[in-house]
Amino acid sequence: MKIELADISHRYGDAEVLRDISLSIPDGQIVCIVGPSGCGKSTLLRFIGGLEKPSAGQVLQRGEMPAGCLNPLTYIFQDFALLPWRSVSGNVSLVLEDHGIRGRDATKIIDDVLERTRLTDFAHALPRQLSGGMKQRVAIARALAVNPAVLLMDEPLSALDSQTRELLMDDLIMLWGRQPFTAVYVTHNLAEAVRLGHRIVVLSRRPGCIRKVIDIDKPLAERKPGDHDLDAFQQQLWELMRDEARAADAELINA
Amino acid sequence: MPEQGVVREVAFRGGGFAPKTRRRVGLVVFVALIALAEWGTRAGWISALTLPRPSDVLQTFIELYSSGLLFKHLVPSLMRLVVGAAIGVTIGIGTGVLIGLFSYIRSGLVPLIAAIFPIPKIALLPLFVIWFGIGEGSKYALIAFGTFTPTVVATYGAVDNVDRTLIRMGQSFGLTWFSIVRKIVLPGAMPGILSGLRISLAIAIILLVAAEMLGAEYGIGAYILEAGSLYDLERLFVGVIILSVLGVVVSGLIGAAEKRLLNWRV
Ligand SMILES: Nc1ncnc2c1ncn2[C@@H]1O[C@H](COP(=O)(O)OP(=O)(O)O)[C@@H](O)[C@H]1O
Ligand SMILES: [Mg+2]
Repeated sequence: MKIELADISHRYGDAEVLRDISLSIPDGQIVCIVGPSGCGKSTLLRFIGGLEKPSAGQVLQRGEMPAGCLNPLTYIFQDFALLPWRSVSGNVSLVLEDHGIRGRDATKIIDDVLERTRLTDFAHALPRQLSGGMKQRVAIARALAVNPAVLLMDEPLSALDSQTRELLMDDLIMLWGRQPFTAVYVTHNLAEAVRLGHRIVVLSRRPGCIRKVIDIDKPLAERKPGDHDLDAFQQQLWELMRDEARAADAELINA
Repeated sequence: MPEQGVVREVAFRGGGFAPKTRRRVGLVVFVALIALAEWGTRAGWISALTLPRPSDVLQTFIELYSSGLLFKHLVPSLMRLVVGAAIGVTIGIGTGVLIGLFSYIRSGLVPLIAAIFPIPKIALLPLFVIWFGIGEGSKYALIAFGTFTPTVVATYGAVDNVDRTLIRMGQSFGLTWFSIVRKIVLPGAMPGILSGLRISLAIAIILLVAAEMLGAEYGIGAYILEAGSLYDLERLFVGVIILSVLGVVVSGLIGAAEKRLLNWRV
């Protein structure tokens, strides 16, 4: 399934947040959205997921949903959004229950996604017993359980320390390698963007509009930390963003 | 340059501000106070009119128990407490959740709740008698009404405090409205609801005495009021102590419920 954004603009009261965003998210690819903080990345992602409506423009889905897809547009949140009163498997089962999947069918799906995220041994643990990286893996397992057409990730690694972030990036790459998924990945971390993105969209400061779209052809599996090509892309991104980030920073002080 | 001059250990200035439960200290305070009263009343520096002798109070209690009157008083009181509080708490939690979820209900009811909260419910007893009769109905109504307002306020506060990102998460996975309320809002509000319940149920016990002021032959409240009107301090104290114990038991029950329901908290 493919997502298309057509001329999206948005304002909150007097503040113009996004201006004329048109973008297409190809099937089976990861599109990273980078930009200075406050430029409207999270807002854009909420539009794509149908959690909010833009003042102008449309979000379109094109093509068929994959078979067995329970929730085509599925989020992974920065702060994990796990129910603290449910165990790891309970958190996954939460999103199946409303589809009438219970008992043996549910167990099959839960076992499968926990295995894919290496959480099988922690099925009965409560979120407070888990480390940050494990919590985010539970959130990923929960998202995989509904067999999504598009994963929407809002800074999924930003709450984690840098070592855990590396590990989870490897996990995401491994999951994508096993079964390529479509994803929109919002981040302010350029290293994450060049590691995970097939396409990187750079937004300007508020009001956010598209400054540049960069495609990286190198397969995900071949991208390693310290890779020279990637460093060059990262440098290029940083040069695009530096002035914007500086200006955005100054703006927040005045606001 | 090598360091010179005086060497001092860095003074400790952390600590404190973290009270812990020390077992038995509470008991020691109780025992000491009772022993003091016993000694004072025996030695004569507390006159019998000021304070009854603890051993006499105990004697009165034993008499009450062995005459079988204890349960004759206790059972109707517990009945009133349970029925009244159950009605008040149920309607209170329901109303609180609705206020927490719907703008119109919130705007309509919050000022109303603020207006009825400070009314001493005892003052309305005559009204309840007219509405619900002199029998059990008016007693249930008084206790229910008294527990209703604090429960509502605690519940909608608790619902307001439920993590919005969890609700967004539920919506983003396409959960139904009813599922979000049942599986996210209610468990998330449970800590606040339970701590509100501590206050509501204590108020229910306070109102028990008021409820039994009119036309109750048996009941702890009736027993206390009768003893009070006769200035029978021993019996008055027996009744008051039963209410205290009731309060401790209720608080213990809520504590147990918190342990069971909120074991997910850190
Ligand atoms: N619900 C809202 N109401 C008003 N302003 C908002 C709301 N959400 C976000 N904003 C504003 O919109 C701008 C973009 O926010 P956001 O999309 O969260 O940025 P980003 O994720 O890129 O940091 C910010 O200036 C923010 O203050
Ligand atoms: Mg954001």
